[in-house]
Amino acid sequence: MSAAIGQPAAHGGPAQGRRTRILLAKPGLDGHDQGVKVVARAMMDAGFEVIYTGLRQTPEAVARMALEEDVDVIALSSLAGSHLPFCRKLKVLLEADGLTDKLWLIGGNLPAQDHEELRALGFSGVFPTGSKLDVICDYIRENVK
Amino acid sequence: MNDRLSSELRPVFNESGLEVKPLYTAADVAESGGLEMLGSPGEYPFTRGIHRQMYRKQPWTMRQYAGFGNPHETNQRFKYLIANGQTGLNVAFDLPTQIGLDSDDPLAEGEIGRVGMSIDTLRDVEIAFDGIDLAKITVSMTINGAAAIMIAMYLAMAEKRGYDVKQLRGTAQNDILKEFIGRGTWIFPVEPSIRLVGDTIEYCAEHAPKYSPVSVCGYHIRESGATPAQEMAYAFCIARAYADEVIRRGVHVDEFAGRLSYNFNIFGNLFEQVCKFRAGRSLWAKIMKEQYGAEKPGSMWLRMIAAGGGGGLTFEQPELNIVRGAYYALISALSGTQTMALCSYDEAYTIPTEYSARISLRTMQILIEEMGLTETVDPLGGSYYVETMTNRMRTQMEEIMAEVDAQGGIVKLVSEGTIQAKVSAQAYQMQRDIESGAFPKVGVNCYRNEKEDDHPVEFHPYNEDDARAQIDGLKRVRAERDEAAVARALERVARDAQAGVNLMPAIVEAVKAYASVGEITHQMVKVFGRYREPIRF
Repeated sequence: MSAAIGQPAAHGGPAQGRRTRILLAKPGLDGHDQGVKVVARAMMDAGFEVIYTGLRQTPEAVARMALEEDVDVIALSSLAGSHLPFCRKLKVLLEADGLTDKLWLIGGNLPAQDHEELRALGFSGVFPTGSKLDVICDYIRENVK
Repeated sequence: MNDRLSSELRPVFNESGLEVKPLYTAADVAESGGLEMLGSPGEYPFTRGIHRQMYRKQPWTMRQYAGFGNPHETNQRFKYLIANGQTGLNVAFDLPTQIGLDSDDPLAEGEIGRVGMSIDTLRDVEIAFDGIDLAKITVSMTINGAAAIMIAMYLAMAEKRGYDVKQLRGTAQNDILKEFIGRGTWIFPVEPSIRLVGDTIEYCAEHAPKYSPVSVCGYHIRESGATPAQEMAYAFCIARAYADEVIRRGVHVDEFAGRLSYNFNIFGNLFEQVCKFRAGRSLWAKIMKEQYGAEKPGSMWLRMIAAGGGGGLTFEQPELNIVRGAYYALISALSGTQTMALCSYDEAYTIPTEYSARISLRTMQILIEEMGLTETVDPLGGSYYVETMTNRMRTQMEEIMAEVDAQGGIVKLVSEGTIQAKVSAQAYQMQRDIESGAFPKVGVNCYRNEKEDDHPVEFHPYNEDDARAQIDGLKRVRAERDEAAVARALERVARDAQAGVNLMPAIVEAVKAYASVGEITHQMVKVFGRYREPIRF
């Protein structure tokens, strides 16, 4: 419908063997992308391959791209408060696509009281505002399967 | 003496990249261009303020950003703020409204009323402003992609309530070019988006001549990573793009330029910000006079809201943001702004509660009542440092604007994603500098608390029932309205979009028939298509 279709773009550089591939997505209607672009640059500098979706991704679009792009990590950046309803829908779709073995992360404006539910939904890495870039990248390195 | 002192110390640069010396004298002022651009308040080039008496005559308007849930709830918050001494309203809309979706659109699920008020039809606008005297309280609407529709709804609501629209004041943000750079509530591609901005300016110049149809925002460009000098320079480039669009249609600059306004950001070095505003005020006056041939002083005025910016506030030790907010308000007052707003201390966590919004409001009131900030115009004027840095900031803004022009102009650079990539790279560097401690941030990379969770922030609650009530309200309006009139009006929107005539009369007809934001947007999307982001790193 009206959601922008993600454009595979902004890869981290030439592939040398298999580098960790990350789908970095902006879920829902939130238009704040300063943070996600900062994180994308940090991930690329850390040697990961990053596929940034651009704004306004539906759960269906995120799941589809995760499958098609054969990524190792699915990372979301949410700053406008709709992270829980989005993640509940996305979980079902990722499970249906057999992507439970991938690393699921979320960062942004995430109140502390929501962290437990996000982890229970399968988003093992929760990085609220104030998280350091290197902490995010180290977490991916240590936990990617 | 002065030079020897400088050379002994490590050089210091402000965020805009200009060196800050340990001491300034008359020689520095002279070397930077002298006092040629200083003038007197209320006189060209307005460095010291656009009015002769400034706050002595009337303090700045206090306009906290507010809105959430449905129009009923937002109406209550508006009345609370007014009862507490707020002198203007600044309306926050939810994301579905901002990007032209009705509350019953599947994509709106989970987002209704979350970051602002949900508006579907004129009925909602009537409810939101019920009981508020629009002649006394001016309303600013933070709406961009759907701005043409919201302006039409606001004017229609005021007209229905018996106000003379020719006398109606108020502001719509309606700055779509900056939405492509940061903030992201775009709908249509770049060219038709600029056309719509032109349509609103042209329409208001004729039908609502005291209404400000555009507030050009350096604010969000700064939040996206721009320096203070870039913030002003890019905003001026964008304002020129809108002015060119209107002038191209045969409207004289003096017929609309007086109603263009600005929205700028405040965080960082106090003196750099104050000089940024003083420099920007004279540069904009010079651009309008020399490049556009404006003759009315009002066409040359940099009328602005200078708002204490979220970019400077921290998630860590949130109560320190109250202190930062007070400094930002001081900067805003020293800068000669027309309107002031502050991000509340809890905005790294949640939308403001009544409590945090009231603290922001009281912060501004303390400046007026206790600190003497309204007594003297441009109190920093004449400082060797401030005058030198004002000149240097102005020169740098001119250089940035010349660079944009040399690269093909702001519309081209935004369409390609060039500006986005540039400010995003800067934001990344700043984040790295904060994390390494190179750029000090109290509570973040120095003076951290051992225990970070000892000051819990109260969260503004989100109520799912409000979203259901909003959808039910939309259904009721659809059941009650004259469907044939709606269909005719919507058909006219598509026809006029195709024909390239000014779309505002068609949109006004549609909103008066209670067509919804989503329905009207859909008609335009059929003709214009949707924007696709250029993703560049």
